[in-house]
Amino acid sequence: MTNPSIRIRGLTKHFGQVRAVDGVDLDIADGEFFAMLGPSGSGKTTVLRMIAGFEQPTSGSIELAGTDVTGRPAYDRDVNTVFQDYALFPHMSVQDNVEYGLRVKKVAKAERHERAKDALASVHLEQYSERRPSQLSGGQRQRVALARALVNRPKVLLLDEPLGALDLKLRRAMQIELKELQREVGITFVFVTHDQEEALTLADRIAIFNDGKIEQVATPAELYEQPINPFVAGFVGTSNLLENESAKTLLGREGSFSIRPEKIHLDPADTTGLQTASGVIREVIYLGATNHYVVDLTTNATLTVARQNLHGASDQNLRHRADTVTLGWLPEHVIELTTKEN
Amino acid sequence: MAASSPGYRKRLASLLAPPMLWLGVAYLGALAALFLTSFWTVNAFGTGEIEQVWNLDNYRALFTISVYRTITLRTLAIAIGVTVIDALLALPIALYMAKVASPRARKWLVIGVLMPLWASYLVKAYAWRGLLSDAGPVAWLLRPLGLDTPGYGLTATVITLAYLWLPYMILPMYAGLERLPDSLLDASADLGARPWLTLRRVVVPVLWPAAVAGSIFTFSLTLGDYIAVKIVGGANQMLGNVVYDNSGVAGNLPFAAAVAAIPVVIMVVYLALVRRTGALENL
Repeated sequence: MTNPSIRIRGLTKHFGQVRAVDGVDLDIADGEFFAMLGPSGSGKTTVLRMIAGFEQPTSGSIELAGTDVTGRPAYDRDVNTVFQDYALFPHMSVQDNVEYGLRVKKVAKAERHERAKDALASVHLEQYSERRPSQLSGGQRQRVALARALVNRPKVLLLDEPLGALDLKLRRAMQIELKELQREVGITFVFVTHDQEEALTLADRIAIFNDGKIEQVATPAELYEQPINPFVAGFVGTSNLLENESAKTLLGREGSFSIRPEKIHLDPADTTGLQTASGVIREVIYLGATNHYVVDLTTNATLTVARQNLHGASDQNLRHRADTVTLGWLPEHVIELTTKEN
Repeated sequence: MAASSPGYRKRLASLLAPPMLWLGVAYLGALAALFLTSFWTVNAFGTGEIEQVWNLDNYRALFTISVYRTITLRTLAIAIGVTVIDALLALPIALYMAKVASPRARKWLVIGVLMPLWASYLVKAYAWRGLLSDAGPVAWLLRPLGLDTPGYGLTATVITLAYLWLPYMILPMYAGLERLPDSLLDASADLGARPWLTLRRVVVPVLWPAAVAGSIFTFSLTLGDYIAVKIVGGANQMLGNVVYDNSGVAGNLPFAAAVAAIPVVIMVVYLALVRRTGALENL
């Protein structure tokens, strides 16, 4: 990356004895929609807070558009944040909330007013400008928070679990809105989430955090199709992890491997070119669009197989518990993983 | 449902009756008796007996005799001064307690703020008398700087009362700040505001109802006080002293009642003014 929007080198943050962030290197391109994904406590939010300037790193550096901002306070950085709890000022109207950043920067009243109005229009809230935040719904507050950040035209927008407090349906709608908004304004969005589906939906690229470190940075498709280690394979999507003995007996190879459930055929008609194994169905999980079959193999491993319900869930189309089945998969769908020991 | 059964109601009534009686009779009843008494008068022959004749003489005296007007205004000024000083002292202390100190230190600070309330009022007032005396520590500290102890008078009264009531201002402010999410402070900084501006634009407005709640304590406690001014106030009098003298030595209970009604009226007006800030939900 020749001129990244954000360049992070050797970023470390200790809270007492705890290494919340432990040597993170990261480049985020200009205009990229970037996700930081990981379980809680993995350090992703701390990295975001250090980019914003709310926390100072123990060591390492942060550059924004080529300028080293390490050690600069939050009010002196050209980034804006959308907070998990929205952090709207309860004593101000929606309009005053959105104008706050411009007022602080002493933008003239007329321009301030105009820009705030435009920002509220872009999130479809122009008719709510005189309300207090307490009079808005969760989704509306979240959009005020977006408008309040974007009205300042920052170089980078940071979003901390922006949709975490919304219900599933609203979250889906907001995901689409966010994606459109990002395309429209064209600035770098960096967001933190623990929801892998959200990360896959929104991001151009995703960094997987675990234990204060980044495990892998890649596009959603790469992460899913070519996870580099068991943690990534397990965290993004469902995966069948084959290690040690089970890998050796099933695949005849040493190491750790992953096969995605939808890549495994159940009782394939033609097994040429496939690797096969037989087993007994232990559990059938009906999920509407798909069925998951948990199959205990004769070789002591267990594989989960996903099958689309193309022909409806009638009795003859479904397989049952205790049925004996043959599983088959293409050798190229077996992903080799690197383990920490290697 | 159990809530509407006769047995439940009976038990609820027997549970609530004693405190409601206490509130109704001992508290509101006494206040009503005070008001009634203020419209009566004492026997003109100086026997001190109360004559239950309705008249406004006591209030007329209050408004026409200039010394009472002076004392009322002085008491009001002291109450305002004490409240402002307490608010200015309490803000940084409460801010430090709620947003800076570690949870462990916070516990000790709360105890530290409450600790003066464990000691007797008189001990604390006399302590200030000692501190502010001509040969006291305040004089000893300030004289090298070309200053001096304020001595006994109104300044000493304001200082002593501000000290006495400070915990009543810190605690509601601390509670208000604890409810203020840290993310609001982060958001203000994120939008470009320096700490001082954040304090002015976010912390103080959000904290305002809590500060007003605290001021209700400092203000009303000061309005009714008469001991501190006796100990450190020199020859000055406050409304409480007039009440005390008239109900005791002078034996003019109706006039004492009329004087005692002044702080009540002031507080009612004050509460009506601050009701809109939402402070009453912060008590």
